[in-house]
Amino acid sequence: MSTEQTSSQSPPAEGKPIIEIIGMHKWFDDFHVLKDINLEVRPKEKIVVCGPSGSGKSTVIRCINRLEEHQRGQIIVNGTELTRDLKNIERVRTEVGMVFQHFNLFPHLTILDNLTVGPIWVRKMPKKEAEELAMHYLEIVKIPEQAQKYPGQVSGGQQQRVAIARSLCMKPKIMLFDEPTSALDPEMIKEVLDVMVDLAREGMTMIVVTHEMGFAKEVADRVIFMDYGEIVEENEPFEFFDNPQHDRTKLFLSQIL
Amino acid sequence: MAETTQIEEIKPPVTDVGVIGWLRQHLFNGLFNSIATILILGFLIKLIPQFIQWAFIDSVWFTSGQECHQAAGACWSVITQNIRFTIFGYFPYEHQWRPLVAMIILVGMLVYSREWNRWNKRLGYAWIFALLVMGLLMKGGLFGLVPVESTKWSGLPLTLLLSFFGILASYPLGVVLALGRQSQMPIIKSLCVVYIEMIRGVPLITMLFMSSVMFPLFLPEGVTIDKVLRAQAAIILFTAAYIAEVVRGGLQAMDRGQYEAAESLGLNYFQMMRMIILPQALKIVIPPTVGILISAFKDTSLVVIIALYDILNTTKSILSEPEWTGFSTEAYIFIAMIYYVCCFSMSKYSRRIEKQLEYKHTPNQE
Ligand SMILES: Nc1ncnc2c1ncn2[C@@H]1O[C@H](COP(=O)(O)OP(=O)(O)OP(=O)(O)O)[C@@H](O)[C@H]1O
Ligand SMILES: [Mg+2]
Repeated sequence: MSTEQTSSQSPPAEGKPIIEIIGMHKWFDDFHVLKDINLEVRPKEKIVVCGPSGSGKSTVIRCINRLEEHQRGQIIVNGTELTRDLKNIERVRTEVGMVFQHFNLFPHLTILDNLTVGPIWVRKMPKKEAEELAMHYLEIVKIPEQAQKYPGQVSGGQQQRVAIARSLCMKPKIMLFDEPTSALDPEMIKEVLDVMVDLAREGMTMIVVTHEMGFAKEVADRVIFMDYGEIVEENEPFEFFDNPQHDRTKLFLSQIL
Repeated sequence: MAETTQIEEIKPPVTDVGVIGWLRQHLFNGLFNSIATILILGFLIKLIPQFIQWAFIDSVWFTSGQECHQAAGACWSVITQNIRFTIFGYFPYEHQWRPLVAMIILVGMLVYSREWNRWNKRLGYAWIFALLVMGLLMKGGLFGLVPVESTKWSGLPLTLLLSFFGILASYPLGVVLALGRQSQMPIIKSLCVVYIEMIRGVPLITMLFMSSVMFPLFLPEGVTIDKVLRAQAAIILFTAAYIAEVVRGGLQAMDRGQYEAAESLGLNYFQMMRMIILPQALKIVIPPTVGILISAFKDTSLVVIIALYDILNTTKSILSEPEWTGFSTEAYIFIAMIYYVCCFSMSKYSRRIEKQLEYKHTPNQE
């Protein structure tokens, strides 16, 4: 019943896959971090990835915008296959936004400039227009009054919301989140999750690495569990939490819940 | 009575505060420092009155060399009587106002540019215009200014010219070399490494020598390249290698997350470097960079080896005249003061810019 409620609130996934990962392998030197990863994500789908530390969660999503290079298999994002071709990589990156655990804001730029640098230089948008766009997204993440400050002057939760707004300014089709709340104090986690939930309701395609199970239950269409570089289990959230199939999943869930 | 003792107990001991406290803390903290303090004080008491006697009381200021030889104190006349040659060297006497004006423009522009927030496009154009005017003043040949061969450029204008352009050109070249050294492309990377390591393995004096003696041998017959220009090139190429290493340090100090955030926005390499990485990395390395630029400034005096007359060399040639031999102390004190003023201003200048670039880190109270 609650599953229906979720799907009525955020638009259902639709159409052909926007991300396809087919038989992907990755090694760091001779350490086999990712083993035969297969994943399809359709537009507007929300996917939560969880798993123990070192299982390769970050590496998977970093491969999707080529912050890491995969060695075997295919990754196709929005119709573009990721290869060594720099043009393809840049094209994919403009379609894919990424939010990092440690925010990675640009400390030498004001918050407004952090947001406009992408639109101005990548989208070739006039400065004024870019600033209006930036203010629009700062309002969406509920901190328009901080625009002229520097990242070092605002709290962690606010910084992470700025980072989300910075990605949104590029009008991405897909948003990747790598443990966006795990560097935050508990009282700031909610303000960031709220923004992410709103984003999900708007119909953004999202892949979120997180251990926030409440968030997973509320917005995810699918939860993926990874261990030792493999996708061990994949299910819709209530099945995943209430009725895990695999022993490793059970062990993991017993540890975090 | 009990109360008074209590009050006294709350105060820190007399020996920790005030003048006595300061003296104890800074001059007499420990046996070794106390001995050093006493020895240095002894020296100063002996030397300072002697120096004042020599430099001011017994000194002569505006006399000829002969009278100087009779004076008991310092002969500052060696400077005052030869000031124009010391400063302007062989620049034609009646046209020496031209390098003077050029230097005033340069200093004026530098002073104006000391505020970071004045650095905009207009200032850039002003600099280009100022440099053209300065070049015209030095070289002549237009607007009725008599042409002056660059071989005649000497003294302070030459020192400033070599160091200003040396710094101006070696900095960006050094940055490019540092980026090249980090490049993914093996050819570019190894070229930069070879260049940097080769230059750093050779003293500047050798490079100057090569530029003036060996380099012309490779040029086709009839082609000559201005000697000042060759010295300038040697200084630039030399300094750039050192800048490159410092900048590389700054690049390595950058958090990988900054690169990743910039890349994930879709910025290309040049945009990322220009907007995100270099502004932060270069700021980190301002202090060591300034160290290199200051030593580059001082090293311009090595052009004496290829018979260019910078301010040190003009001074030397005055001291070699019989009338003024023996007054090298006074002359070199004067030169040292000029160098000191320039170097000190450079380090002040950089600290100022560093301060203005400081980003705010005060957490907000909301
Ligand atoms: N650049 C790298 N070079 C070598 N090994 C790496 C590199 N990055 C990650 N690894 C290794 O790959 C494995 C997977 O790393 P990854 O960061 O994807 O894990 P994760 O699931 O995100 O873990 P966490 O929850 O700690 O973030 C880890 O064992 C890690 O040590
Ligand atoms: Mg991770």
